[in-house]
Amino acid sequence: MTLRRLWRKAVNDVMLTMTGICAVLTASALFFILGYLIWNGSTSLDWNFFTKLPLSPGESGGGMANAIVGSAKIVFLGALIGVPVGFVAGVFLSEFSGKTLANTIRFTADLLNGVPSIVIGILAWALIVVPTRHFSAWAGGFALSLMVIPVTLRATEQFLGQVPLSLREGALALGASKWKSVATVVVPAARTGIMTGIILGVARISGETAPLLFTALNNQYWSKGFNEPTASLPVMIYNRAISAFDDFHRQAWAAGLVLLALVLVANIAARMVLAKGAAAHRG
Amino acid sequence: MRTTVLIAIAAVFAVAVPVTCAASSINAAGATFPGPIYQKWFEEYHSAHPDVQVNYQAIGSGGGIAQLTAGTVDFGASDMPMKDEQIAKITKFHVLHFPTVLGGVVPTYNIEGVKGELKFTPETLAGIYLGKITKWSDAALKKDNPGVKFPDADITVVHRSDGSGTTFVWSDYLSKVSPEWKGKVGSGTSINWPVGLGAKNNEGVAGQVKQTPNSIGYVELIYAVKNNMAYGSVKNHAGAFVKASLDTVTAAAAGAAKEMPADFRVSITDAPGKNAYPISTFTWMLIPDKIPDATKRTEIVDFLKWMLTTGQKDAAGLDYAPLPAPVVAKEQKQLALIK
Amino acid sequence: MATMAPSVPVRARTSFRNVRGGDQIAYLITFLFAASILLVTVLLIFELWVKSKLAIHQFGFSFLWTSTWDPVEGQFGALPFIYGTIVTSILGLLISVPLGVGAAIYLSELAPPRVSNALTFLVELLAAVPSVVFGLLAIFALVPAMRLYVQPALIRAFGWSPFFKGPAYGVGVLTASMVLAIMMFPYIISISREALMQVPREQREAALALGATRWEATWDAVVPFARLGIVGSVFLSLARALGETMAVTMVIGNDPRIASSILAPGYTIAAVIANEFSEATSDIHQSALVALGLVLFMITIILNGLGQLLLVLTAKPGTAK
Repeated sequence: MTLRRLWRKAVNDVMLTMTGICAVLTASALFFILGYLIWNGSTSLDWNFFTKLPLSPGESGGGMANAIVGSAKIVFLGALIGVPVGFVAGVFLSEFSGKTLANTIRFTADLLNGVPSIVIGILAWALIVVPTRHFSAWAGGFALSLMVIPVTLRATEQFLGQVPLSLREGALALGASKWKSVATVVVPAARTGIMTGIILGVARISGETAPLLFTALNNQYWSKGFNEPTASLPVMIYNRAISAFDDFHRQAWAAGLVLLALVLVANIAARMVLAKGAAAHRG
Repeated sequence: MRTTVLIAIAAVFAVAVPVTCAASSINAAGATFPGPIYQKWFEEYHSAHPDVQVNYQAIGSGGGIAQLTAGTVDFGASDMPMKDEQIAKITKFHVLHFPTVLGGVVPTYNIEGVKGELKFTPETLAGIYLGKITKWSDAALKKDNPGVKFPDADITVVHRSDGSGTTFVWSDYLSKVSPEWKGKVGSGTSINWPVGLGAKNNEGVAGQVKQTPNSIGYVELIYAVKNNMAYGSVKNHAGAFVKASLDTVTAAAAGAAKEMPADFRVSITDAPGKNAYPISTFTWMLIPDKIPDATKRTEIVDFLKWMLTTGQKDAAGLDYAPLPAPVVAKEQKQLALIK
Repeated sequence: MATMAPSVPVRARTSFRNVRGGDQIAYLITFLFAASILLVTVLLIFELWVKSKLAIHQFGFSFLWTSTWDPVEGQFGALPFIYGTIVTSILGLLISVPLGVGAAIYLSELAPPRVSNALTFLVELLAAVPSVVFGLLAIFALVPAMRLYVQPALIRAFGWSPFFKGPAYGVGVLTASMVLAIMMFPYIISISREALMQVPREQREAALALGATRWEATWDAVVPFARLGIVGSVFLSLARALGETMAVTMVIGNDPRIASSILAPGYTIAAVIANEFSEATSDIHQSALVALGLVLFMITIILNGLGQLLLVLTAKPGTAK
């Protein structure tokens, strides 16, 4: 081989290996994060964590029971408001609307998706906290709903669009009106994909912290109803992580592990279902 | 599938809707300075009166004032007495200041190889926070601490990133003892720091100093004690090096105890007296004088009465100084103003 | 309803006038839900505008290039935060783009399909990790490592230049950039990989037929084809990084100062809003923070728009520019 060919072969081998290294490095970031959390968090996970309320600085044995329930409440509200809006809007875009209107709404949803979460928090604060004059799970839920709408919209539109023409026309041929055919034939055909999109969206908002900082604030106790400041896992993790007490750090690790575990399980399950659905579609 | 979803929704509502106790929640927010003792008080009071639950969020004195102004909390807490403009801004009611305890702000540090107690003068503290004294091996520090082996390392200055009454007390003290600080920076809950890293809350400053070698920060006494962090003594107005403690903080309040203004807004930094700790302060609960909800009003007034008597006994255990008797008497009279 | 020629299956779009009865109601209801999205976005822009008017009125455009942030004096300038936001994001890109595009190339061109799918799955899961968890790890794992090993080494090697001066705090602009880089990986990799996979096989096969090595075929024939998509992924990741709040505020040092050294502490727009918003006691302070939010909003909108545009352009087959 000539020198030039040797050089080209060397470059080839080096670059190929480097890209492989890049891929392994980036993929292993997840393992590293998970590993570190499990290492530090699993020792701190005890029964107290899931059942007790947070204690004063310096006292050990407290837990994050109220934050777990609080997060569930706020995320539930966010999904309750955001998922129907995103879903029905997606139905509109896919089934009923004309092209320009569809493009406008799609563009607006993408705009909303790109808004930094802290700015969404400002909006929720201005629209709900200020007029009602208290922090509440509603305000936090509203902020989160704004973040779940674009995801749900995109998933709904995408999967409704994949429903074959034959199915739709079949329903119409049998005499169903447009809305009936959509409700009873088209949507159920796309339901797996839409559900997984919703799960992914809800998993994402359950980890959000910034929009909750001045909407749901935080709470030392159980919050009654949805009208009070509510503790949430992400906010507690933040508070505990920046503190000076070792016991608080311990709890931050435990909470981080719980939160990440929930989010990852939801993501993995959703993606596996999607992949199975896509394979069945192609096969 | 559908039934599972419905059951899940019902379960969440069941947890959320108040079922058992008709306990009302009082929402409060404010200073982190008295955080530990307020926490203890609210827990104790809740055990004694299960139907009263005070949810106190330590978001900083600035936050307490802001949220009280916005009306999102029932009362606030601050280490900085509200300024006239801030009080005037609230049109719905007039703010009453209720001093709760006395505390001291200490310079806490984490220096490699230095275990003992350091002596700080107004000049060295101002110099460090102005960015003029940049190394621990500086001559000024060596002069005040003969025999201490300082490393030749840069000083990492830590301050608050949020609106803080502790910052106000620290900067108020520095303004009084350093004309340069007063001109360049001034005092307030959020100031334009010449140098340093910002950390959130007293806890965040303590955490940052604890984790960063060769750093210095200012925190309320209890935060340094509870974290086993070293803190220094400060040269007071009379020229003595005094370390913050129950006695020295109480000594600082001696003058104010006798001549407390009617609205209780007073600064006791750089107080006269040989045993006075120069960076001491009262901390206040900011109570509206008009509370429309009758239940809340009774509960708040009852809590304040409890705080002024039984509650004061908890102070010493957490390294805060209880209120002097004349001040307590005056406050009890102010209770009548809450309608 | 319109009827189509059978060879081009285009779905009928119902216009409002052509539907009857129940369909009309259905149209209206779904339209209302969709319109609410428009409404809320308009509300967002409106609220940002109204609440920041006070600051804009007082400072005017000079708000953007004033560097004092003094709540005591009521003087507010956005420059330190704009600087911090841009520097951390760009530094983050400098770290994540080479790694990310390299990984994307490997995953799309060189890896066996099973390996590629598995690794891509893992990388995409990284996108699901909440920001606060990144921050948690950064505080306890990354910051000490920076303070004890990385920063001192950088100071020893490059301390003569103004970019690497200063004590090794551990926290700082560089640390925040590294956290952002890790958070940007999944977006760059996943979108670039998609763009690379869309390049027609003929490109690579033609290059290989001409005697190119695998790397040369990839780098010289395939990647340029996907250039728009890769750049699009960069814009989208950048837009995301600019808005990152929690992970950044936990490791950047929260100091509103413009320093040339990347080892110095800094501040970003999102971080200062998170720290100071609930405590802004004066109207002007709060208005200045909302004005900052408006600035951030506009920057991310522009970047997102550009990114989406580039991605749309790559989707069109045959665009080799």
